[in-house]
Amino acid sequence: MDRREHLKLLFAGSIGTGLLLSSCTEEDRDTSRQIITENSESYGRTAEELLRDERLQSETFFTDHERETVEVLVDLIIPADETSGSATEAGVPDFIEFMMKDLPSMQTPTRGGLMWVDGQCRQRFGEPFTDCSESQQKDVLDDIAYPDEARDDMQFGVRFFSRMRDLTATGFFTSQMGVEDLDYKGNRANIWDGVPQQVLDKHELSYNQKTLDECLQADEINKIAEWDEAGNLLR
Amino acid sequence: MAFEILQSGKHYDVVIVGSGAGGGMAANILSKAGLSVAVMEAGGDYDPAKDEYRTQFRWPWESPRRGAGTVRPFGDFDAAWGGWEIDGEPYTKTVGTEFDWFRSRMLGGRTNHWGRISLRFGPKDFKRKDLDGLGDNWPIGYEDIKPYYDKVDKLIGVFGTNEGLEDDPDGFFLPPPKPRLHELYIKRGGQRANIPVIPMRKSVLTRPVNSERGVCFYCNQCNRACSIYADFSSGTCLVQPAMKQGSVDLYTLAMVREVLTDSTGKAMGVSYIDKRDKQEYQINAKVVVLGASACESARILLNSKSSTHPNGLANGSGMVGRYLHDSTGASRSAIIPGLIGRERYNEDGVGGAHVYAPWWLDNSKQDFPRGYHLEFGGGMSMPSYGFGFGMDSIRQYITDEMGQPSRNGGYGAGLKNDIRSIYGATVGVAGRGESVPQYDNYCEIDPATVDEFGIPVLRFNYNWTDHEVKQAKHMQDTFEELLTSMGGELLGSKAGEESQYGLEAPGRIIHEVGTTRMGDDPDTSVLNKYSQAHECDNLFVVDAGSFVSQADKNPTWTILALSWRASDYIVDQLNKRNIG
Repeated sequence: MDRREHLKLLFAGSIGTGLLLSSCTEEDRDTSRQIITENSESYGRTAEELLRDERLQSETFFTDHERETVEVLVDLIIPADETSGSATEAGVPDFIEFMMKDLPSMQTPTRGGLMWVDGQCRQRFGEPFTDCSESQQKDVLDDIAYPDEARDDMQFGVRFFSRMRDLTATGFFTSQMGVEDLDYKGNRANIWDGVPQQVLDKHELSYNQKTLDECLQADEINKIAEWDEAGNLLR
Repeated sequence: MAFEILQSGKHYDVVIVGSGAGGGMAANILSKAGLSVAVMEAGGDYDPAKDEYRTQFRWPWESPRRGAGTVRPFGDFDAAWGGWEIDGEPYTKTVGTEFDWFRSRMLGGRTNHWGRISLRFGPKDFKRKDLDGLGDNWPIGYEDIKPYYDKVDKLIGVFGTNEGLEDDPDGFFLPPPKPRLHELYIKRGGQRANIPVIPMRKSVLTRPVNSERGVCFYCNQCNRACSIYADFSSGTCLVQPAMKQGSVDLYTLAMVREVLTDSTGKAMGVSYIDKRDKQEYQINAKVVVLGASACESARILLNSKSSTHPNGLANGSGMVGRYLHDSTGASRSAIIPGLIGRERYNEDGVGGAHVYAPWWLDNSKQDFPRGYHLEFGGGMSMPSYGFGFGMDSIRQYITDEMGQPSRNGGYGAGLKNDIRSIYGATVGVAGRGESVPQYDNYCEIDPATVDEFGIPVLRFNYNWTDHEVKQAKHMQDTFEELLTSMGGELLGSKAGEESQYGLEAPGRIIHEVGTTRMGDDPDTSVLNKYSQAHECDNLFVVDAGSFVSQADKNPTWTILALSWRASDYIVDQLNKRNIG
């Protein structure tokens, strides 16, 4: 038996939480360690987690038509602009597809919401959403995108579109393109030495002398700490 | 590298159940004293320095769910293997009561992902009954534990400041990191609201305490466990160093069923199920130390029934499992208009907040008996699943150049730009408070349920009392006062009576303590003041089960200090041949 299949069988009863290799022999442990090590996509997963993700990735939730509808919708929500590309360019439809399988409670409201949008388009313009012009598409979206102003008979659509907006926004801004767009500067080794002075000035804030005295000084980070008997750090 | 043993029946001086804060400290101290030690861990081996386990410095897009908490409750990159539910290891609750039990099955247990908030208890925290007549006093006082807090500070390292506060004692602190921008807003808001905001106290190395561990490189990811060991995890800072000395054997995937006793009632060792082959094995030792977590240790004791201990081991008083209590918790958040459209720079800092507010009021002037401290969240942290959510309700707080507010919801280039603007503009505040321990809040063995290893499981019985509900009500008022003093626009609606003022269910704060409490009277307590069982001289409990009350302080630092103190006592008693 293929070792991956073998492991899938082993874990068949216990997929879902992060217990490492809880029900296998030493040989299986070696094999699954090997899978984890070989899999460059792995980000510190346990073997069970990796198998769960592989299973979800191998399934398809959206039909071709649903997928096309999602692609049009997410690009209307997050279009390309001068700073970055659009939601589909950032891979958002793949992320939404994955989340449908990862959180199955989202499946029916999303599938139903896509149908509801198509129904609105057919009613108004005689075509499904993807075949409508952009102005026709926006005609429907304008009725469901602004929850404070939406009519009562649009609430199904409002609920659906709010979820799509959430998933699109999060999918975009957690992609590499989105993180660069947001200009997030962290996730790298550095020394935190406080808020830059020009930012403090802009916000009319400052560090008081007590804070400056007691906080870490950048030049002391490699000195092994020592204290006097009263607990005063020797600086 | 863990040395895993497959044969059974080996003899040790000490067998320790659990490798978290309590078990890890005991393993470290007892092995340093020259004793042979077996550490039993119900989960797998784990070392954040190994790339196969590493989640630190990962990007959100490396996770297909972008960090969502589907599989790991605190997000896909969190270090905890386990959660409130573990397949094959159920627990139950009596109808009409609540308790959620978080377990991490891995070397180091929950210390791999915790917030590293390391607070000493103060003198009053050991003598609450003297102050408000509720609960019980501890059989020890601050003066008994202070030398151990001092030693823990120096061995493990904790940043903070000596403030001279009576019930938030000074210690041996490393320098804290400077506050971030939103934390300066919080400090200023605190001044206006008369809430003192001071540097946080966390076991993160801003400077080295030895040459073995790295110094913080400020990635804000302590919950992912640190690959250079710059924060405290029991596995990296206590168990691994003890194993390097050579006298500690680590048994992983070893699910302890019970403590074995001889015909006189003395502990002989433990029996455990090896999760790999589902066979039962035995470890023999002169001394048995339980550090499996308050509830898991209570479970082991209650399952250790014999002719000499018919109610379970150390349970002649019926106190095992009683007085279970967790911290209270509630929270609120706000948008700070002054932070909308911020200038970008790297403000990751250490994991979590750089400041906090210790309890600042006098309970004799309040309608609830115990205090709470405030923890804060915010900043331009790495985007993860959930970032960008909620524009259907919070977009209204963003205004254009003409001062015109955006409409909630929407789509298109304007929406995209507004999400950029709001990045880093939200601040959260949470209260973490002391509950009053109750005899009627307890865990027991469910007579009808076993786990997949055939071991009877715990059934929980827990309800908050008016004390905690009134405290949560006060928290909600505090949150509003502080957040509005910062100029914040409050998000969501204020939690009211129908939700017990947003009070989290027992167990959600993961500070559960008290199931094997210490005391001088064997009729009302399980352990004596050295964490030694009244009814079994060579049995000790070094997790938070020994706590008489949990203060509004996160329990880890006190677990470490008490475990060290108990370990010194074990060495002393072995040397005097009083036990073993």
